[in-house]
Amino acid sequence: MSDWYRDFANSGVGTTLVRQLGLPRPAVLRRYTPGQPLLDGPALVGSAGEGRLRAEIEAVLRDDGVTVLSPAIADGGSGPKVAAVVLDATGLTTPADLASAHDFLAPAVKRLGTNGRVVVLGEVPGDAPSPALAAARQALDGLVRSLAKELRAGAIANLVYVPSGAEAAVPGPLRFFLSGRSAYVDGQTVTLSAVDAPSGDGGTTPLAGKVAVVTGAARGIGASIADVLGRAGAHVVAVDIPAAGQALAAVANRVGGTALQLDITAPDAAQRLVEHLVQRHGGADVVVHNAGITRDKLLVNMDSARWNSVLAVNLQAQLDLTQALLDAEGALKPGARVVAVSSQSGIAGNRGQTNYSASKAGVIGMVRAWAPAFAERGATINAVAPGFIVTEMTAKMPFGTREVGARLNSLQQGGLPVDVAEAIAWLAQPASAGVNGQVLRVCGQNLLGA
Amino acid sequence: MTRKAAIVGGNRIPFARSNKKYARASNQDMLTATIDGLVARYGLAGEQLGEVVAGAVLKHARDFNLTRESVLGSQLSPSTPAYDVQQACGTGLEAAVLVANKIALGQIESGIAGGTDTTSDAPLAVNDDLRHVLIALNNAKTLPDRLKLLGKIRPGQLVPDQPRNVEPRTGLSMGEHAAQTAKVWEVSRESQDELAVASHHNLAAAYDRGFFDDLVTPFLGLTRDDNLRPDSTVEKLATLKPVFGEGEGATMTAANSTPLTDGASAVLLASDEWAAEHQLPVLAHLVDAQTAAVDYVHGGEGLLMAPAYAMPVMLARNGLTLQDFDLYEIHEAFASTVLSTMKAWEDPAFCKEKLGLDAPLGSIDRSKLNVNGSSLAAGHPFAATGGRIVASLAKALHELGPGKRGLISICAAGGQGVVAILES
Ligand SMILES: NC(=O)c1ccc[n+]([C@@H]2O[C@H](COP(=O)([O-])OP(=O)(O)OC[C@H]3O[C@@H](n4cnc5c(N)ncnc54)[C@H](O)[C@@H]3O)[C@@H](O)[C@H]2O)c1
Repeated sequence: MSDWYRDFANSGVGTTLVRQLGLPRPAVLRRYTPGQPLLDGPALVGSAGEGRLRAEIEAVLRDDGVTVLSPAIADGGSGPKVAAVVLDATGLTTPADLASAHDFLAPAVKRLGTNGRVVVLGEVPGDAPSPALAAARQALDGLVRSLAKELRAGAIANLVYVPSGAEAAVPGPLRFFLSGRSAYVDGQTVTLSAVDAPSGDGGTTPLAGKVAVVTGAARGIGASIADVLGRAGAHVVAVDIPAAGQALAAVANRVGGTALQLDITAPDAAQRLVEHLVQRHGGADVVVHNAGITRDKLLVNMDSARWNSVLAVNLQAQLDLTQALLDAEGALKPGARVVAVSSQSGIAGNRGQTNYSASKAGVIGMVRAWAPAFAERGATINAVAPGFIVTEMTAKMPFGTREVGARLNSLQQGGLPVDVAEAIAWLAQPASAGVNGQVLRVCGQNLLGA
Repeated sequence: MTRKAAIVGGNRIPFARSNKKYARASNQDMLTATIDGLVARYGLAGEQLGEVVAGAVLKHARDFNLTRESVLGSQLSPSTPAYDVQQACGTGLEAAVLVANKIALGQIESGIAGGTDTTSDAPLAVNDDLRHVLIALNNAKTLPDRLKLLGKIRPGQLVPDQPRNVEPRTGLSMGEHAAQTAKVWEVSRESQDELAVASHHNLAAAYDRGFFDDLVTPFLGLTRDDNLRPDSTVEKLATLKPVFGEGEGATMTAANSTPLTDGASAVLLASDEWAAEHQLPVLAHLVDAQTAAVDYVHGGEGLLMAPAYAMPVMLARNGLTLQDFDLYEIHEAFASTVLSTMKAWEDPAFCKEKLGLDAPLGSIDRSKLNVNGSSLAAGHPFAATGGRIVASLAKALHELGPGKRGLISICAAGGQGVVAILES
C-alpha cells in the first residue's frame, strides 16, 4: 500500500510545492531491513544526575558499532548531525534535577538528523520513596511525549522506565527504540521488570528454532506478522478461518511455516490448537493473538449479533486460547511470549465502535492481569495497540476520512502492517524478557488518546 | 524389507460443478494449488519428497508431464521427482497404491498421491479429417502445395471432437451402462434417492463439525463443494425425471448420479520413520489393495462391477471378511452402482458363479457406509475422487482410535475397479 501523498511530498516538484503551500511533509521512515546497522550515525549519550545505566547504554551502542559522543562535545547544538540521543535520567533526585535533562537534550536534539531517535531511561515513578521523586520521574513522561510531538523528519522519542535490578533487561528495549524496527512507535513509555535477559540481540534471526503461532494470519497485519516472525527465524503456525485457507496457505508457504485452518471461536478451537502445537511442534514459544473483526454501529442501533461476534473473536477467544495453552502440559514452552493485538480504539474509544473498543480495552485488562502469572513461568504477555495502519481495509475508506485519519499523528502518515509486526516480533524475542504486562502503541503518536 | 505406508493427511480443493467457479482453471492450476495446500498444512515448503504421483482423466496434449509441471509450480523442492498415471476414476486411489508400494519396499520415504480433473477446461480435439490435412500442411514444402492443401479444408472438418463420457467400445454413456446394471440388480428408485440424500446430509454434517478443516483448502473463492445440498430430501428427489435408462424401469436421475465436476486432491504418504522425524501424525496405514477388470463388452458383466470381483481376492489375502471393517467407502459414481455392488456381494448365486465363493460375502452395515458423504454430494472430478476418499477415510479411522479398519471400493471406466484396505 503506497502513501501517495508522502511520496509526492518527497518528490522533486512535490517538495517545492509542499513547502510553498506550507503543507506537512511526511518523512520516508527508516524501516528495518536485515543487516541494517542499528544507527546510521553516532549517538549522543548523556545523564541527568548520577545515572546508573551509562555502562549498559554505551555497551549496546559499542557492540553495534555505533560511535558514542559524550555531552562535552555537544557544543550548543552546532556539531555534526547525530542519529540518536540517549538520556540516562535514572539519577534524578528532585524535580529541580529535570533542568539537567533539559540542559542535555536541548542542544543534543538540535543535532538530531532525519529519522533520528531519542530514548530516555528513567526510574519507575511508582517505586519512588517520596512524592517529589515520583513527580520528577513521572515528569519524564510528559517531557518525552511533548518532545515526540516537536520532532520532525521521521524522528521519534520514547521512554523506558527501568526499576533497580532490571539493568540486564535494558539492551533489548534500547536496541528496539534505536533501530528501524520502531519506525512508527512514537511518544511511548515502556516499564521494564527486573529479570534476567540474554544480552545479545540474536542477530538477524533472534527467533531461530522457535515456534510462533499467529492468528488471523491470512492477510493484513497478521500476514505481515507471519512474514516478520518468519524472517526472524521462527517456524510460523499460521492460523485463520477455513474460508481464508487459500490465502493462509500462501502465507504459510511463503514463510516456510504451517497453515492451520481454525475458527478461533469454535467450541473445540482451544483443544485443536493445543493438540496441533503439542503433537506437531512440541509446543509454542510465541503466540500472537491478532485475529480481529469490526462490526461498527452506534450503540443504540447495535444488534446483539454484532456485539457478540466482536467480543467473541477479539476478546473471549484470546482469553480461552491463552488459558488452554497455560493449562495444557507442554503447550507453551519455557520463556513463552504472548502478544495480544489491541487497538487505539481500545484506549481512546471511537464513535460507532462500542463493541470493538470494549473488546480491545478488555485485551489490555487481560495482559495486565496475566502478567504476574506469566512472570512466574519466566514468560511474558503484552499488548500492542495499532493506530491508523494502512491496509486493504483502510484503502476502502473514503478519500477524505483516510487522508485525514492517516495524518493525525506526529509522523503525519499512516503506519504499515510491518510496523506493527516489528513491534510484535521485538516483544517475542528472548531479549525482551523484561517487558511484561505492557501496552505498546504503534500509532506514530496518534492524537487520539495520546 | 516391507512395511506399511502411513497416510499422514490429505488436501483437496472444494469440488465445483462443471463450468462454474473453476471454469477457467486448468488441471495444472488445480493440482498445483492442491499440492500447495498440502505443503502448507504439513509445513513442507522447500522439502524434497520421494515422489509425487498424480494424473488426470481428461488431459490436454500439453499436459504430457502434468504432475511434474505441477510440482515445479508448487512450493515443494524442484528436486522432487514426479510422474503421471491414469486409470480412469481409479486414478487417485491407484496413485496412492503406487506411492505406498514404493514406501513399503523402502524405495522412497515419502510421497504425494493425487489427481485432478476438469470438465470445464477439457481438451477439444480437432477431428481426424482436419488433423490429417493439418499434418500434411505442416509437411508441405512449397507454397502452391500448401495452398492446395488449405483448399481441401471443408466446413464439416472445422467441428471439433468434444470429449464425451462414453465407452469407446460400446458407444454407451457410463450412465446408460449403470442403468443396465441397475435393472439387472433391480435397484429401486427409492433406495437410490435415499443413498443420495444420505450422502448430502453426511457431507453437510461433516463440514459443519469442522471435519474438513484440515482436509480441504478453498480455491478461487469456493469454500465448500458447490454440488452439496444440505437440505436435500427424498421427497424432493422423487420429483426428478430419470436421465438414464428407458421407459417405466428407468430409475437414475441427475440427483442419484454424480454431476460433471472440477477439482483436485492429494494425499501425503510416508514411512512411519519419516513421519516421526517430521513430527507428523500417522492417521492410518495403507494395508493392501487390489484391482480387477470385467468384460463388459462381450462378457455380459456391468461396466462398473469390477470392484465386486477385486474385493474377495483382497479379503482372502488378508484373512478378512466383508464384515471385519469399521467404515466403508464405496465411491458413489451412481447411487445404483453402490447398491448393485452391495447386492452382488449379498447374492449367493453371483458370489458362487462369478466370484467362485462357497458363501456370499454378505451385507455391509449401512451406518458405516460413506459416513462423511461421498461423490453424489461432493461431486466427482474423476481422478480426484481417490485422494478425497483415502484422506477422509484415514482421518475418520484415526478419530475412531487405533486398530480400526476401513474399506475402499472405486469403480472405473473401461470395466475396471480398485479396492483397498486402510487401518488406523
Ligand atoms: N488495520 C488497522 O488499522 C488496525 C488498527 C488497530 C487494530 N487493528 C487490529 O489488528 C488486527 C489485524 O487487523 P487487520 O487490519 O489486519 O484485519 P484483517 O481483517 O485484514 O485481518 C484479520 C484476519 O483475522 C481473521 N479472523 C477473523 N475472525 C477469525 C476467527 N474467528 N478465527 C480465525 N481468524 C479470524 C480474518 O479471516 C482475517 O484474515 C485486528 O485484531 C485488528 O483489530 C487493526
